[in-house]
Amino acid sequence: MAIVDFIVQNQLPMQVVPPDWPGGYWWHWLFFTVVLIGFVLIMVMGVIYVERRGLGRMQSRLGPNRTGPFGLLQAVADAVKVLLKENIVPDKADKLVHWLAPVVAFVPVLMIFAVVPFQNGALLADLNIGILYVVAISSVATVGVFMAGWGSSNKYSLLGAMRNVAAVVSYEMPLVLAVLGVVLVAGSLSMNQIVLAQDIPYILFQPLGFLIFFAAGCAEINRSPFDLMEADQELVAGFHIEYSGMKFAMFYLVEYAEAIAIAAIITTLFLGGWRGPILPPWLWFIVKVIIVFFVMVWTRATFPRVRIDQLMALAWKFLFPLALINLFVTAIQVLVWPDALPWIVIIINFAIMGILILLWSKFFKLGWGRLEV
Amino acid sequence: MTTTEMMTLKTEPFVLNFGPVHPSTHGVYRMRATLDGEVILDIEPVVGYLHRGIEKLAEERTYSGFIPLTDRLDYISPMSNNLGYCLAVEKLAGIKVPERAEYLRVIMAELQRLANHCIAIGSFLNDTGAYYTPFMYAFREREKIIDLFDMVCGQRLTYNYMRIGGVSQDIPDEFLPALKKIVEGMSRWIDEYDFLLMQNEILLARTKGVGVLPRETAINCGISGPVARGSGVNWDLRKADPYSIYDRFEFDIPLGETGDCYDRYRVRVEEMRQSLRIIKQAMNDIPAGPVRADVPHLVRPPAGEAYAHIEAPKGELGYYLVSDNSIAPYRCHIRPTSLINLTALREMVKGWKVADLIAIFGSIDITMGEVDR
Amino acid sequence: MKFERYGLGLIKGMTVTIQHLLRHPTVTQFPEQRLNISRRTRGNELIWSREKCTGCATCAKTCPQGAIEIVTATNLADNKYEVETYRVDTGYCIQCGLCVEACPYDALFMGYSFERAKYRRGDLVQTDDELLESPERPASAYFHPEIDEKLPKQTLLIDKIVEKRK
Ligand code: SF4
Ligand code: SF4
Repeated sequence: MAIVDFIVQNQLPMQVVPPDWPGGYWWHWLFFTVVLIGFVLIMVMGVIYVERRGLGRMQSRLGPNRTGPFGLLQAVADAVKVLLKENIVPDKADKLVHWLAPVVAFVPVLMIFAVVPFQNGALLADLNIGILYVVAISSVATVGVFMAGWGSSNKYSLLGAMRNVAAVVSYEMPLVLAVLGVVLVAGSLSMNQIVLAQDIPYILFQPLGFLIFFAAGCAEINRSPFDLMEADQELVAGFHIEYSGMKFAMFYLVEYAEAIAIAAIITTLFLGGWRGPILPPWLWFIVKVIIVFFVMVWTRATFPRVRIDQLMALAWKFLFPLALINLFVTAIQVLVWPDALPWIVIIINFAIMGILILLWSKFFKLGWGRLEV
Repeated sequence: MTTTEMMTLKTEPFVLNFGPVHPSTHGVYRMRATLDGEVILDIEPVVGYLHRGIEKLAEERTYSGFIPLTDRLDYISPMSNNLGYCLAVEKLAGIKVPERAEYLRVIMAELQRLANHCIAIGSFLNDTGAYYTPFMYAFREREKIIDLFDMVCGQRLTYNYMRIGGVSQDIPDEFLPALKKIVEGMSRWIDEYDFLLMQNEILLARTKGVGVLPRETAINCGISGPVARGSGVNWDLRKADPYSIYDRFEFDIPLGETGDCYDRYRVRVEEMRQSLRIIKQAMNDIPAGPVRADVPHLVRPPAGEAYAHIEAPKGELGYYLVSDNSIAPYRCHIRPTSLINLTALREMVKGWKVADLIAIFGSIDITMGEVDR
Repeated sequence: MKFERYGLGLIKGMTVTIQHLLRHPTVTQFPEQRLNISRRTRGNELIWSREKCTGCATCAKTCPQGAIEIVTATNLADNKYEVETYRVDTGYCIQCGLCVEACPYDALFMGYSFERAKYRRGDLVQTDDELLESPERPASAYFHPEIDEKLPKQTLLIDKIVEKRK
């Protein structure tokens, strides 16, 4: 990673274009674009492996272990298989929308990685509104998903797409509010600055924010227990039920790329990003991403799926008020005691989290149950 | 206009086909569901995709030649099917079964109940969306029981073990020690399920109060088995009309209170514990002796009719046989548990969501082989 | 519905799954690792003994599927009743074992092996010599406890799990 080191050494924190970088901005752009696409593709294969083996072991079986050493090449084999498959388009489908949907879903996910720092300053664009950009871009993928659901002209896929839109619209609120807490503490919207500000990982300062972000993030990317839009048992495959071959592979890729993106953002915002002792920073970053992803796998192995009305209720009645209170409390802390000892703040925040969860568990009701018909 | 009427948008119902090929219909069952968005307005069950004419086939087979076909009714619990049929023929022909055979029959039937409830619980939890984990655990426990069946009768699914006037062969020497190990371990494994999901909030939210089957409806529809007992109907043929030697054992009948999915699930888990109790008692006092009464291969019962019913894992399984003093039954009618339990499905799911439809359907625990016969 | 237990139920479940991550998986890698099947296995073939069979056709009568076909003839020279053809359509056979149970002369056995897939439907019909016992076609002890000892002991999952935990 000599090149990365080179960038790092030659870069001031807030400067995007290294002064003596040959070719200037364009080389930087090209280099990081290639690195990012490679990173996403390889990581997707990696996390698919982690997920399948991890799930397997948690379910008292082995998971794929035939292709290559320890089954490491299973994802490659699957990719080859899926690419060679026939591409079936339903007769009644809206052909253009059906064709465009995977692309529309895939591009925004890739774009998220543009502002994720892999190392100090090692990122495609150190936007000073980084996190805002992430929030804005990440919901665009939903358009692709809805296009897929609508374009397939299948009722299952339409139901799945509707669920997805509802979930994303509702969960965007607590997600952003949880992010704001971090932004207040760090005092910056830039992802790189947020990492630099974390001498103590913000998961300790913002435990409640972390939980809310994790839950809302899982809901946004349809990881269990909020994977309603795919819902094997109900909607068979949800929005991508009518997709096959290459286009299905795209959706599969989107699913895992989104998971990595959320894991990367969680790492950046709450776990101290690339910071860590001994190991090189980019490795720390990848390790943390995989750990966060593993937690997602773990919840997937354990939890049943929530129902759509419960999903909504959880967002609006549980996560949203808690996120608001969390933001409020954080604002007071930052404003009134900016110099308080970190340990005291941490203890207070954990206590607040406990009390709030206890209180809300007592009072809120999930969903409305049966309708008279 | 009430407030709810004002608040709801005007929507149009649409028809969605669940099945015959759908991951959660447990076979080839089809539900034409009329939905309003996610809410189920009505469902129309369509059965018959697996019809094999087993009742008619019985008229073409000798009395003992029909036993292997009863395996194919409820293929999750063939031992119970065997038992019910043999009881009917014995009643018809007035055959006395030796002591040891009675004990073996009880052990097998109760092991079968364990194995069946493993599948019932596993697939029910899977239907609520717990991604295959409880399913795998349940199948692991079932596998241990299947090993025993394999040991005594040589096959893992279609046992064909009971015979008219006893059982086909005596158990091998390894059987009882292995059974002992299973009985000892099983309660621990059941505890593990409880620990896994019994108190899981998402599962509680998904199943408590969902798909309530009121006590009166359950009785009126002729529901039996864990579904009826989940609604608080104290009806277990092992106590209500003891067949075989069930009057010698001590066990309780677990009852639910509300009749929701969670109660049915809990009743099943509790029944597994009670089955273990029965097996323990039977294992301790099993006498030595012959396992088969002296019955000719071609039984010729006197002209007449007989109805025998047993408490199969899924409910009351009855066989009605008419004899005209020939070697084959003149008429054989089977009272299928699954089909009759299924009749209440429409009442239970109306007004619930799509996701609940799957969960409620899973909680009834049906086998298509028995529904369509 | 509420979070009655403040999320503790969720955490409980997660401890179970993480414990399983550290346990031995309960699977067998089939073609390489094999378990011994039950000695009484009713494998998907029948073993027939030409010497013992008298051609009484009890098996054919008992078979619920009508899968057994026997053609007999009287051998006038030896003054004997003789089996000309013994044909089993294993495609129709449901491996119920009733024929083995019924045979009064112990001439019929269930097969012990289970990998008997064929490429053609016609190959499933086995006649005369194809039905005899051979090293590739061992007989199972179903209703023949006398050959019980010749067959390997069945591996039980419950024993396997206990061994691994040790
Ligand atoms: S095993 Fe059953 S079906 Fe097969 S030939 Fe024998 S009696 Fe017939
Ligand atoms: S019953 Fe036995 S002896 Fe009689 S024909 Fe069949 S195999 Fe031969």
